[in-house]
Amino acid sequence: MLKPQALDAKKIQADFPILKRKVNGKRLVYLDNAATTQKPQQVINALVDYYSKINANVHRSVHRLGEESTEAFEGSRAKVAGLIGGKPEEVVFTRGTTESINLVRFAWGEKEVREGDTLVATLMEHHSNLVPWQLLAKKTGANLKLVGLNPDGSLKMDEMEKFLNDSPKLVAVTHCSNVVGTINDVAKICAEARKAGAVSVVDGAQAVPHMPVDLKQIGCDFYAFSGHKMLGPTGIGVLYGRRALLESIDPFQAGGEMIREVFNDHATWNEVPYKFEAGTVNIADAVGLGAAVDYLEGIGMEKVREHEIRLLKYAMEVLPGVKGLTVYGPREPERRGDVLAFNLGDVHPHDVATILDEEGIAIRSGHHCAQPLMRWLDVAATNRASFYVYNDTEDIDALAAGLEKVRRVFHL
Amino acid sequence: MSSADIYKEIILDYYRRPRNYGKMDDHDIEAHDTNPLCGDEVDIQVKVGTGGTMEKVMYTGKGCAISQASTSMLTELAKDKPLEWVKQLSKEDVVKMLGNPDLGPARIKCALLGMKALKTGVYGYLGAALDKSED
Repeated sequence: MLKPQALDAKKIQADFPILKRKVNGKRLVYLDNAATTQKPQQVINALVDYYSKINANVHRSVHRLGEESTEAFEGSRAKVAGLIGGKPEEVVFTRGTTESINLVRFAWGEKEVREGDTLVATLMEHHSNLVPWQLLAKKTGANLKLVGLNPDGSLKMDEMEKFLNDSPKLVAVTHCSNVVGTINDVAKICAEARKAGAVSVVDGAQAVPHMPVDLKQIGCDFYAFSGHKMLGPTGIGVLYGRRALLESIDPFQAGGEMIREVFNDHATWNEVPYKFEAGTVNIADAVGLGAAVDYLEGIGMEKVREHEIRLLKYAMEVLPGVKGLTVYGPREPERRGDVLAFNLGDVHPHDVATILDEEGIAIRSGHHCAQPLMRWLDVAATNRASFYVYNDTEDIDALAAGLEKVRRVFHL
Repeated sequence: MSSADIYKEIILDYYRRPRNYGKMDDHDIEAHDTNPLCGDEVDIQVKVGTGGTMEKVMYTGKGCAISQASTSMLTELAKDKPLEWVKQLSKEDVVKMLGNPDLGPARIKCALLGMKALKTGVYGYLGAALDKSED
């Protein structure tokens, strides 16, 4: 049997116009994909085509353009649902992961959480899956408990078990850490959360773009992710919610589209997911996200993951050759996502990033919206390189050469 | 733009061998400031001498080479100057002090952190308000 062909990064690069530009006279080496990814021509075209050919408000227009825009918009919802193994009516369009999680905080949390209740999150959460729960705890008088980390960057599951014994109302956990890269066993965590009577909220912002995700297998109650981290436009994201739960909770925002009937003094709600999509939705960017899903499925998520494991393996071989480099998180590529946080000697990450920028290399430096995790790592900040489908081993070679330059400038 | 234009030897020298680093017990002025973007932070202390001069200026902090070197150099520049001198201290003065590095908009805030802390402390002592343009 023929071995299935691996992803061809060179061919993929040709689809991304921005990768042709120069930065400081050098080839752009874009390694800040965990922050946002670049967009292929196919996604850019989908936006241009939408506005050039079919722009109209969705759902309520009986004219031809309205029908076509509704079809394009709902078509995107079906594509997104297909990608994650959900049903279209369980896919709510939002502005992004942050808004998705805040929707759960307001629509579910303020209705269900009471004084003295326990909420569980982890020390490796992005602020977007931590601060909403801090505020919910403060408002309701609930107690927020954070599961700590083992030295290898995995969650302390014994601590999780202990908190689950308190019958928490909520378990909030990231699928894949945006700093240490750890992939958590969310299927196991969600199953145990359900047994304990808790609602599970999974932050999938760093998972859906990079690996096959099947929500039927994970069995979570809510799952959030962003379009712009998976080749799609900014300003569009997704909240998946288990249908029965979406139906039982209150609306998030109120206005047009989310209602069924409005009387002088009260209203009844539209069916899910429209109950949570008040006002005119971000139609064009939802259509753009649909094009991004098409692009990723054209490659195949299994191949995306294989490619990233290959890059991670290569990075783990090459980067330790740079003297003084510390890499954080699990060592085995199979246990981690494609984010690689590191520090170089005592050089501050912002100084590293400035020098790499001169070489056309874009990485992230700072606390990555994960300050509790930074404190646990006992660092003020880290550098972070993150890869995607258009990156290749030569980008990692460029990074290693750039880091050698940092060593020279700082006389390390 | 090249590293040589930003990371002038003088900046690396003050970063590696900070001058006036530490705390004093008999200070009259103290101010703390941070740059939430980078996580840079500085604490600056001033002992006021006779005639309203800055007799001793010290700092502690952590962060990138530019924020820390800039603050250290500023403590030397400010020493023995009258408190009023801080009012006319400008962004241009700090950039010149650093040897005119080619700092982009993302890094200029690092260079100005020490100045901001010094102004906050001294203005508070003098009862003057920090101008929005100096923020």
